[in-house]
Amino acid sequence: MTDSKYFTTTKKGEIFELKAELNSDKKEKKKEAVKKVIASMTVGKDVSALFPDVVNCMQTDNLELKKLVYLYLMNYAKSQPDMAIMAVNTFVKDCEDPNPLIRALAVRTMGCIRVDKITEYLCEPLRKCLKDEDPYVRKTAAVCVAKLHDINAQLVEDQGFLDTLKDLISDSNPMVVANAVAALSEIAESHPSSNLLDLNPQSINKLLTALNECTEWGQIFILDCLANYMPKDDREAQSICERVTPRLSHANSAVVLSAVKVLMKFMELLSKDLDYYGTLLKKLAPPLVTLLSAEPELQYVALRNINLIVQKRPEILKHEMKVFFVKYNDPIYVKLEKLDIMIRLASQANIAQVLAELKEYATEVDVDFVRKAVRAIGRCAIKVEQSAERCVSTLLDLIQTKVNYVVQEAIVVIKDIFRKYPNKYESVIATLCENLDSLDEPEARAAMIWIVGEYAERIDNADELLESFLEGFHDESTQVQLQLLTAIVKLFLKKPTETQELVQQVLSLATQDSDNPDLRDRGYIYWRLLSTDPVAAKEVVLAEKPLISEETDLIEPTLLDELICYIGTLASVYHKPPSAFVEGSRGVVHKSLPPRTGSSESAESPDAAPPGVQAGEQPAVIPAQGDLLGDLLNLDLGPPVSGPPIATSAVQMGAVDLLGGGLDSLIGGGSFTPVPSTTMPTNLGAPLGSGLGDLFDLTGGVGALPGSYVAPKAVWLPAMKAKGLEISGTFTRQVGSISMELVLTNKALQVMSDFAIQFNRNSFGLAPAAPLQVHAPLAPNQSVEISLPLNTVGSVMKMDPLNNLQVAVKNNIDVFYFSTLYPLHILFVEDGKMERQMFLATWKDIPNENEAQFQIKDCSLNADAISSKLQGSNIFTIAKRNVEGQDMLYQSLKLTNGIWVLAELRIQPSNPSFTDLEVRTLLSLKCRAPEVSQYIYQAYETILKN
Amino acid sequence: MKLMSEEVVFAKSESHVVLKMIHSLFLINCSGDIFLEKHWKSVVSQSVCDYFFEAQEKAIDVENVPPVISTPHHYLISIYRDKIFFVSVIQTEVPPLFVIEFLHRVADTFQDYFGECSETAIKDNVVIVYELLEEMLDNGFPLATESNILKELIKPPTILRSVVNSITGSSNVGDTLPTGQLSNIPWRRAGVKYTNNEAYFDVVEEIDAIIDKSGSTVFAEIQGVIDSCIKLSGMPDLSLSFMNPRLLDDVSFHPCIRFKRWESERVLSFIPPDGNFRLISYRVSSQNLVAIPVYVKHLISFKENSSSGRFDVTIGPKQNMGKTVESVVMTVHMPKAVLNMNLTATQGNYTFDPVTKVLTWDVGKITPQKLPNLKGLVNLQSGAPKPEENPSLNIQFKIQQLAISGLKVNRLDMYGEKYKPFKGVKYITKAGKFQVRT
Repeated sequence: MTDSKYFTTTKKGEIFELKAELNSDKKEKKKEAVKKVIASMTVGKDVSALFPDVVNCMQTDNLELKKLVYLYLMNYAKSQPDMAIMAVNTFVKDCEDPNPLIRALAVRTMGCIRVDKITEYLCEPLRKCLKDEDPYVRKTAAVCVAKLHDINAQLVEDQGFLDTLKDLISDSNPMVVANAVAALSEIAESHPSSNLLDLNPQSINKLLTALNECTEWGQIFILDCLANYMPKDDREAQSICERVTPRLSHANSAVVLSAVKVLMKFMELLSKDLDYYGTLLKKLAPPLVTLLSAEPELQYVALRNINLIVQKRPEILKHEMKVFFVKYNDPIYVKLEKLDIMIRLASQANIAQVLAELKEYATEVDVDFVRKAVRAIGRCAIKVEQSAERCVSTLLDLIQTKVNYVVQEAIVVIKDIFRKYPNKYESVIATLCENLDSLDEPEARAAMIWIVGEYAERIDNADELLESFLEGFHDESTQVQLQLLTAIVKLFLKKPTETQELVQQVLSLATQDSDNPDLRDRGYIYWRLLSTDPVAAKEVVLAEKPLISEETDLIEPTLLDELICYIGTLASVYHKPPSAFVEGSRGVVHKSLPPRTGSSESAESPDAAPPGVQAGEQPAVIPAQGDLLGDLLNLDLGPPVSGPPIATSAVQMGAVDLLGGGLDSLIGGGSFTPVPSTTMPTNLGAPLGSGLGDLFDLTGGVGALPGSYVAPKAVWLPAMKAKGLEISGTFTRQVGSISMELVLTNKALQVMSDFAIQFNRNSFGLAPAAPLQVHAPLAPNQSVEISLPLNTVGSVMKMDPLNNLQVAVKNNIDVFYFSTLYPLHILFVEDGKMERQMFLATWKDIPNENEAQFQIKDCSLNADAISSKLQGSNIFTIAKRNVEGQDMLYQSLKLTNGIWVLAELRIQPSNPSFTDLEVRTLLSLKCRAPEVSQYIYQAYETILKN
Repeated sequence: MKLMSEEVVFAKSESHVVLKMIHSLFLINCSGDIFLEKHWKSVVSQSVCDYFFEAQEKAIDVENVPPVISTPHHYLISIYRDKIFFVSVIQTEVPPLFVIEFLHRVADTFQDYFGECSETAIKDNVVIVYELLEEMLDNGFPLATESNILKELIKPPTILRSVVNSITGSSNVGDTLPTGQLSNIPWRRAGVKYTNNEAYFDVVEEIDAIIDKSGSTVFAEIQGVIDSCIKLSGMPDLSLSFMNPRLLDDVSFHPCIRFKRWESERVLSFIPPDGNFRLISYRVSSQNLVAIPVYVKHLISFKENSSSGRFDVTIGPKQNMGKTVESVVMTVHMPKAVLNMNLTATQGNYTFDPVTKVLTWDVGKITPQKLPNLKGLVNLQSGAPKPEENPSLNIQFKIQQLAISGLKVNRLDMYGEKYKPFKGVKYITKAGKFQVRT
């Protein structure tokens, strides 16, 4: 007698039969029928057609039947919302049932029905259940608040459920506390600004107490919540750490990892001098190692996190190398992660062991793993200098095996070893050359060609070798072609006499027969260099290359710090911040580690690299071509010969000239002065780089110069609120015309069209002067920039705040609304300069109670600079005086609706003994409509600070 | 001040739907059939599993399917247990360990309820499975995962009960709230009664080790657990002490253990759950000396340009503290080029599966007087190059009445109840991942 009997074969009339059975008078038959319905549901059959019949079975005293009906409802209520309403009465009645199990079941199921109409019936029962005498009901109700918030956030706030939920954090029952925390964190996550989890020392204390008592799952919620708290000092951090450390011994690995996250984060606040700091470090190792004896899936997640932890604090696991040794029957995803961590932990002390292991792995069956093991040997050589020789000989042993992919991988890493230790291991080149024919992967071919070119003078038959590659030039990948070009040029510069023909051949192949712009450009540059000044060419091409750095694959320190805050989450598995991949990341708050405190920073233990130092040594990436110069030239600048079609805009003309000139002077024979070869690449980079910088400055200037200050574009309408349409924008005023600069981005999956815009009435009558012109439909992932001219002849209505503008945007999908604040200075007209006499008279005329005073902080400009800056935005200086060493500026401006504003700006001269906190600029505003003063002041601040 | 105009009505934009934690669960068997699905939120189409199947195909071996897979709209987090994939669908940032732990807990619960976690067992009890899943998770928050509590809410199937139920029409759903659920000791129900009060502890240690070609230990550690079976009436408060608690420096505890007591006195003090549970798990790391109870002498070689090779393996006892090493089994994944093996075993039986290339030798007990040996010829595919890799030997064994770390229980005391329980401790040492490289 098993449930498999419910899976009877699908006959035509099955649904019909079930319907009849569900409506049977016999209780037992009904129950059996519902079970059959559930069984169909479990295999994905659509039995939603039976909804009314199943709901009819709901009113029963039989708890099992009731539960089964509820199970059905939860599955289909979302797809059948209107029918779900039919069940409301029973829900409400069940919420009053004397049995807490039924009360909880009812409130729980009701929360799953995502229908607006049901929410009004849900509020009262939910309120009662939140205060229920039975904690089981309370904890279920707490989760229900989160569900309801998801359906109708406003309702939850209006009904005061959030406050009730916050009160539950102090509940006597730890399970209720845990669920309240979970619900609050979920709500807070969807509304990052809501500040719901107002964490303070008191609430933290409550959470820490609940932590000891609640279930393992609750502990995870509480720990994740704790991790968002910022202790005020190291003592508070330490006391929290002390209470969290026992969690490291929990049997649930998710609890352990969440505890590790809290500790890793708060450790930042502890001084390294503290004994406690050392104790904590020691306590962290065993639980991390223990995670590795769990099931492979858990191991994988643990390893991804350990990878982060090891980079942040290598000292924690430095003695635990052996636990990362690979067992042959580990799943491949575990093997690869272990290998990565082994290299991160490799040091002089353990390198012998590591190498022995790696060599062992290189003979395994799995190709991916073997490749990674070979690569790891190369990384060890680069990381631990003392081991380089052993690594090289290990690699040579592996090359002797003649296993194709092993050989290729070994050659790629040997190239890197040459770059790290030049002129040391060239004796092995002969062995490498023997394997030339077996190389069929582009990366390995490119590496081999690089080696031949770089050491051409020591390889007797270098020209023959390179020539053999040249035969199939067009069939090679770009990577190999570029490398071959550079290598032959190197060879030519080293042995010019015998290789002239070869270099001619490669240059013409690269420039004439290739349609790859990178290759062509590089070819042209070499050609011009060689034809105009071979000496300079030698300096450039054979320049000494910078050594590659040890760790080429470290995560960038700021990202690492952010990821440490996300230990245990998907972000930590993907090593990307959540904003980079979580769908609908709604204003994800970037987390960061607390800044390190404590004066002992300099007393850092040597093997714990301080974040500052890491930040200084930007992880150097080995350019794929193994040639820095190559990369530099890969910048797609377009040499004069094959320049892009001359653009019409003045700015772009400038760019072309600038670069043309730069390159000419670089390449032009006479003016080129050789620089000491060691600093060559950087010097070469400088003129190009600065040229580009100028270019960008220029464009910035062009946009800003003739008009008033333009704030950077801000997102006004996030995509998630407008079914995928994102609108960002700003306001500009240029030569008397106001416009709204908009960027419309389509983040939905369908094409958007038929755009239109409308403004609500506003304080200054701003209105679109032309319709919104979007010429083509907006495809997904496209954006369009639009400048919408505005006028001030629209209907006027006073808004609060005064500069509030409510906008409606329509497209083929829907109508969306947003509101934004415009800076008042877009309304300052060009003829806002008042006559001196007029100014004095008006100033006196306006009553003193209309005067408003403001302080402009942190403005370090002098009077003249201020004056000219403000003039750009149509605030005109009428007079300047110096009173007791203070500059006074008298200024006027006029708004579009004719309101005059008069200003007196008092600028105190900078006093070096005062800090920035000193108020240095005082603004007095007089106006007949004093309510604008505050916004004028905001405009002043914006203009002066930008 | 009039804020809204007639021509433009400003409505509140629709709130963004947040879906947290586990959205859906699919159970998939080895041949790729989805045989159960459960949705805690809206119904997600089965087609989402296509991404999983794709990864599964790429992985070739079922064990190698990556546990976290990202798809354009979801994340799939899966575990592989008892030939079943438990694939969960996730839509937002969520701790993956949380999900994986939970999935394992689901598998444990099935095992506990049905005696085995298999497709047949799940299909046979599909309604109970559904009730269990619903009880374990609400809106993504785990609700009840302790087997004690679940068993009060949903009674496990027994032949007797189903017969009785079908006669009397009563159900397998508990109609009262579980008692332990909300007390401060959620793991234990109230009112437990036994006629025979017993407390058993099994100290089980597994040796994980990698031994290199020359027989020296590359890596070794002991993974130990103390599994308990406690059948005591009332609310017993137990303390378990050890002869040598210092061995335990890396321990994970069941939530019932009072951590402070352990920290200060190195005594395990707890009110136990009712029935079977894991009291602690611990690790004795390679820093301490880990005794290796067996040694293996091996000679595996393949001749160049010939289609044969030699195989000769002998297993002998090493540091076994005078106890017998038994249930010895050796498994070897032979290289692909191996066609067949022609061996003679001095003891036990061997099999070679020419499809999977797995050699299994069931040795049994090791008697030091006559060491077990397996020796003979390996037939290789003719013409194929000599295999590069040498296979690792995987060894299993058992030693009764010994905890290889030396851990020994000192005494068990009971407080809070008056009766005298029957107490017992059993020790056993096993091979965990015990590998010998050749």
